Amino acid sequence: MSTSQAAVQGGGAPSSPSPLLQTIAVTKDYPGVKALDGVHFDLRAGEVHVLFGENGAGKSTLISILAGASQPSAGRILIDGEPVTLASVHDARAYGISAVFQEFSLIPQMTVEENLFLGAEPTRGGFTDRARIRRESLKILGELGFALKPEQRVDHLTRAEQQMVEIAKAFRSDLSVLILDEPTASLTNHETDRLFELIGQLTGRGVGIVYITHRMAEIQRIGDRITVLRDGRYIDTVDAKTASEDDLVRLMTGRVVGGIFPPIDLAAPGDTVLEVRDLTTPDEAVVQASMHVRAGEIVGMAGLVGSGKSELMQACFGAGPIASGKVMLRGRDITGQGPRRNIREGFLYLPADRRSEGLMMMRSVRENVALASLGIPPFSNGLVLDRAGETQRVTALAERLNLSPPRIERAVDHFSGGNQQKVMLARSLTRNYDLIVFDEPTVGVDVGTRASIYEFIVGLARSGVGIVLISSDLPEILHLTTRAYVFYRGGVQAELRAGELTEENVLAHFFEREAA
Amino acid sequence: MAKGTATARPSGGAGDAAKRLFVKLGILPFLLVIAVVVFTLMSDNFLTPRNLMNVLRQSVYLMIVSLGQMMALLTGGFDLSVGTIVALSSVVGAMAMAAVFAAAPDAVWLAIAVGCLAGIAAGVAIGVVNGIGVAFFNVSPFMMSLGMASVGFGIALYLTGGVPVYGMPQAFGDIFGFGMLFGVPAPVYVAALLVVALYAFLYRTPQGRYFYAVGGNLKAAALSGINATGTLFFTYVFCAFFAAVAGMLLTARLDTGEANIGASMPLESIAACVIAGVSLRGGVGRLENVVLGALFIGLVQNGMNLARIESYLQTVVLGALLILAVIADQIRLRYVASLKD
Repeated sequence: MSTSQAAVQGGGAPSSPSPLLQTIAVTKDYPGVKALDGVHFDLRAGEVHVLFGENGAGKSTLISILAGASQPSAGRILIDGEPVTLASVHDARAYGISAVFQEFSLIPQMTVEENLFLGAEPTRGGFTDRARIRRESLKILGELGFALKPEQRVDHLTRAEQQMVEIAKAFRSDLSVLILDEPTASLTNHETDRLFELIGQLTGRGVGIVYITHRMAEIQRIGDRITVLRDGRYIDTVDAKTASEDDLVRLMTGRVVGGIFPPIDLAAPGDTVLEVRDLTTPDEAVVQASMHVRAGEIVGMAGLVGSGKSELMQACFGAGPIASGKVMLRGRDITGQGPRRNIREGFLYLPADRRSEGLMMMRSVRENVALASLGIPPFSNGLVLDRAGETQRVTALAERLNLSPPRIERAVDHFSGGNQQKVMLARSLTRNYDLIVFDEPTVGVDVGTRASIYEFIVGLARSGVGIVLISSDLPEILHLTTRAYVFYRGGVQAELRAGELTEENVLAHFFEREAA
Repeated sequence: MAKGTATARPSGGAGDAAKRLFVKLGILPFLLVIAVVVFTLMSDNFLTPRNLMNVLRQSVYLMIVSLGQMMALLTGGFDLSVGTIVALSSVVGAMAMAAVFAAAPDAVWLAIAVGCLAGIAAGVAIGVVNGIGVAFFNVSPFMMSLGMASVGFGIALYLTGGVPVYGMPQAFGDIFGFGMLFGVPAPVYVAALLVVALYAFLYRTPQGRYFYAVGGNLKAAALSGINATGTLFFTYVFCAFFAAVAGMLLTARLDTGEANIGASMPLESIAACVIAGVSLRGGVGRLENVVLGALFIGLVQNGMNLARIESYLQTVVLGALLILAVIADQIRLRYVASLKD
């Protein structure tokens, strides 16, 4: 890349060198929507530049333009001060720009190495050079410190491992700009540390990082500057080291917001709702786990991805098999009972992955909310649906949860992530439940919506519902639960009461304790 | 001059209205209008009450099969064995009816009842196997119904030796094939009954909604306490039931049991559904549109007959229409994303 002729272009500050990558008044029109409206953005060599904003603020559109996946309707993109056209992802890669999107671009049936070199296979004499692919894959994976075998099939990997492959893919060619879209959403703490180390190495080499995240802790840890977008418009660029959480929330939402966690003003817990004794699953994702939940308390389930916290609750709910152990709901044995009966008896599990397990994306809000309660009033009289009653109830729930826009006949697919989550949460209000399990309820949800989800959960607990909150987000466990279990390798490592819920205490149990 | 400004501005105007109509209703209304205009111009006999009643009667069989096919498509699968089910129910129904009629020539109604039940039971049996394979063993609907199409066709040929089955009571054909009531053919009443019943089931009962839910997101449906496996199973049983009823009605019309009927049913029924906006990805589609879709295909076939278009070429037109409908569906999806509501 030549940097010598860069100075001719106007627009940048005259004294400092041109930024690595810069957009000037970039606008993106979709029919009926302005996704980006004259956005300025610049990325310096060696910095981590965080893009921040609510869902639908235009972050995704901006990075897809930077990555060459879509083209701006107006505005210019400069690389090293020179205007360029990024007509395709291929073009962008030629300039050293690589992106790791939330939705993976991996072929599940192919191996890790085949995926790494997909579309850029080295050849010898017209045939793919398999030896070289293996050699270079090993080299890339080794450099990144990822414990992956090149010959493993991608669909046999966990989501976190797939994410590593996706990141490794960006490293196969020379890199000058790396775009990361919520890369830690499915990583464990250890993997996250590893990723941040890597980012440190890259910035040391002068690579610029565009980083999207909703997590404040990450911004403070690795961010250099933060650009805030709102409704497709550029709001401000601030220094990551000095900006406070409240500042960012104010910039992002345009209003002053206090702490995002509501006060936990719950009455003393009531009777035991759920009791699990020595539960083990056939694949040993859960081993001899015991726990209990009482009415009106919020029980946290902390632990690494794959520690068994989610699998345990799925097994209790009947969505996964049980090898041994006992599950009791209000003193009655429900071991091995399916979701259908559990829901009828007042036990609901709301899955973590709303797209693949929670919602019918092409169906309306109304149908999605009503789904689990179609057999009871006001949705039906048991035999025949009551469309008027259904519409009325769902409209009321949409209003209560501040669904935006409040159109219950619109397909869920056309709502933002936060609002999709609200649709799924609304299901918990269509019946009287005694026990509701929320599995990662705020993944990929913006701060504004997160606050209202927290408020919603506490409200449910206040009305006497027993709540289980499965979360990989430590602050959620610390600030939103009255008691927490920490999972490690399928078992309950520790039970922490309200007074013991500190970051050190929880983290101490994330990993194996060297027993004396 | 005024026309120029109307098309130039994107907001409002005829183009935008057409686009909204297209997103809302799909390609079918446009195709219907085009077909009616074209065939009216090509033949004077097309747009007459007599001919339109003809179209209705001819489309009835496809319409009934399409009702079942729609359920399979709704749950994210499809049924390629509907043609075989039509043939097998025809053969088994005719043989049973002829046997009872030969044994007791006076008990005409008994023969008709036993024959119809036997035919429908044979067809439904295919559906039960399809359902078991898809719902309980996770066989892809493509392989399952393709395999069963071969199995059923083989059984039908084996039973008849490839020869039409005769010997059914005259009354069967007279009533269910050629019968008229208030100037409307008898099969139309049967179809109307089935349409109304299925409509009430799909849109007025919780279980009907579950077919959409299973097609919309199988895992979400299961986690919401819906019996997804059972729903999938009954999808193929219902689908087979509809095809078998169509098979019996065709048998009445032909006055013989035939192993060679229904070969075009899989393609035509899928075409009728897809043209009517039923998504191949499952979860989307309206019954009333499918009825119109089947009518449209009947209309096109009738129009091409009147216009003396060779039957081989008609097959070409049908295939092309199916592909056109799928392309239109893709374009529609793109518009849907931009219009949202």
